[in-house]
Amino acid sequence: MTPLDDSAGLALHGITVRFGGLTALEGVSLRVPPGQVVGVIGPNGAGKTTLFNVVCGLVRPTGGTIALDGAPLAPRPHRLARLGIARTLQGVGLFKGMTVLENVMTGAGHTARAGFLAGLLALPRGDRDERRLREEALALLDRFGVAGHANALPGTLPYAVGKRVALARALAARPRLLLLDEPAGGLGAQDIEELAEVITSLPGDGGCAVMLVEHHVDLVMRVCGRIVVLDFGRLLAEGTPDEIRDDPAVAEAYLGAAVEEGAQA
Amino acid sequence: MNLLRSATLLRHLALTLLAGFALYLLSLELDPFRNFQLATVAAYLCATAGLTVLTGLSGQLSLGHGALMAVGAYTVALCQNTLAEHDVTGNGVLPLSLLAGVLVTMAAGFVIGLAAARLRGPYLAGVTLAVAVAVPAATVTFDELFNSEQGLGVYVEPPPLSLGPYFPNERWQAWIALLGALLTMLLLANLVRGRFGRTLRAVRDDEVAARLSGIDVARAQVQAFVVSAAGAGLGGGLLAVLAQSVSPGAFSLTLSLFLLMAVVIGGLGSLSGAVWGALLLVALPDLAHQVSSGLVASSPAAAQRLEGNLPLLVFGLTLIVVMIAMPGGVQGLLHRVTGWARRRLPSR
Repeated sequence: MTPLDDSAGLALHGITVRFGGLTALEGVSLRVPPGQVVGVIGPNGAGKTTLFNVVCGLVRPTGGTIALDGAPLAPRPHRLARLGIARTLQGVGLFKGMTVLENVMTGAGHTARAGFLAGLLALPRGDRDERRLREEALALLDRFGVAGHANALPGTLPYAVGKRVALARALAARPRLLLLDEPAGGLGAQDIEELAEVITSLPGDGGCAVMLVEHHVDLVMRVCGRIVVLDFGRLLAEGTPDEIRDDPAVAEAYLGAAVEEGAQA
Repeated sequence: MNLLRSATLLRHLALTLLAGFALYLLSLELDPFRNFQLATVAAYLCATAGLTVLTGLSGQLSLGHGALMAVGAYTVALCQNTLAEHDVTGNGVLPLSLLAGVLVTMAAGFVIGLAAARLRGPYLAGVTLAVAVAVPAATVTFDELFNSEQGLGVYVEPPPLSLGPYFPNERWQAWIALLGALLTMLLLANLVRGRFGRTLRAVRDDEVAARLSGIDVARAQVQAFVVSAAGAGLGGGLLAVLAQSVSPGAFSLTLSLFLLMAVVIGGLGSLSGAVWGALLLVALPDLAHQVSSGLVASSPAAAQRLEGNLPLLVFGLTLIVVMIAMPGGVQGLLHRVTGWARRRLPSR
């Protein structure tokens, strides 16, 4: 696979979503090539999360096509992990009745080989799977500096730790494309700093592409190679961070207002 | 020791054998009536263990497990009687009938599970409630096969002669039921400890996050129903063998509610909690019976009114107290006590 191959990675073409009379997305096209970090920004209600939900198969588009590595994709949520697509949810979205370690192991569940019968009879195959999942999950938790919380329940964790665990759970699936839905929401400056480092490191190991929905514009400008701006469900602009920063249409529709919001917050 | 820690099957097998040996010794000591009670606990345990996996782990409420037990019981009854009519006898007959009971109940559980995977909360409760009411009614509708309210007798062979001419039948029944319960607990413990258990809990906690983690939610929910139905089927079949008869009255809606209350009081989602639940299912009615028969001397009229209603009252009150005082059930309380004791004791 050559990096300049036009069809590699995720491609959305003319995606339209209507909920009854409300048009959430209108003819949105964009590409996320392998190893790139693409940011999606826009005011509240611009359709960012709907766009994610379309890629995940949680929302069926009214029109338009999705392709993954050139092949048409009709996404169904539970098949994504196997296709190499992982996603974090707004907020934390962890399984509250399971320990941190189990949460992360669940993220990698689709890589397990042993089936139902192996589980029923507790065959050694299942034990080997479990051991591997546990070790990989612990390594990921260690990488994010939260291995000390491995046996804690998510409800007992500080918010920032929960966000890291959620990120570890998504990465446990070893994705080629990671969808991050407001990963910096509710985080302090120090945590955002570390998050930026993690995101920029992702394309390096294994060439994981990232699609990032975020209100924190500083973070988006810093980590993204390309930025897509949505406004009222339409693609307003697309380009490098510098191009977006200098785009008068973007400044008028979004950035000016957003900076003020950021200053107040 | 390391091998036991790393090999789940060996660890669970060792625990099962240990429990089996202890229960064997117990069955030798108990009088026939207590042995019969022990057998009944074991039969109920198959059902409560299955129900706690369904409701506690996958988060699906079932008010119809009494009916699933009836499916197992009637299947075992029909199998046993048909085989006896054709003079098929031997040691393999009863296990075969019980297996048939489990398989037929699993099929019923699959059908209910398919509906259940599309329903949530009160709607799921409604469907399973309908099952609980419909199955006993079906025995009246198809009375040529099921003999209506009277039910069927179940042919069960006496204990093998090799055990001696005076071997108490109740002890033999206890052994059969305990074997079934231990097998159920072993298999369910294997499932719950592994990936399957994690998958079910993920579905219970957050369906969207579970989907995004690669879990087919509907499939997991149907699987949970089938696994749970297998336990209920075996439990019902064992009850049929113990009572040597089946009738719709034994598998009423009340039984379904009792089962659910038992797993909640025992500790929802925990297999050890299911043991407490099964014990309560036998102990509380017994206790209530003793109370009402104690009343006979002082006030026969009150005793007559209480007889039959008292178990329900006691169970309801226990449920309310447990929900307020210890929402984790008996097992949750034990867990907290041992955790507290471990913190208080000086660490090694």
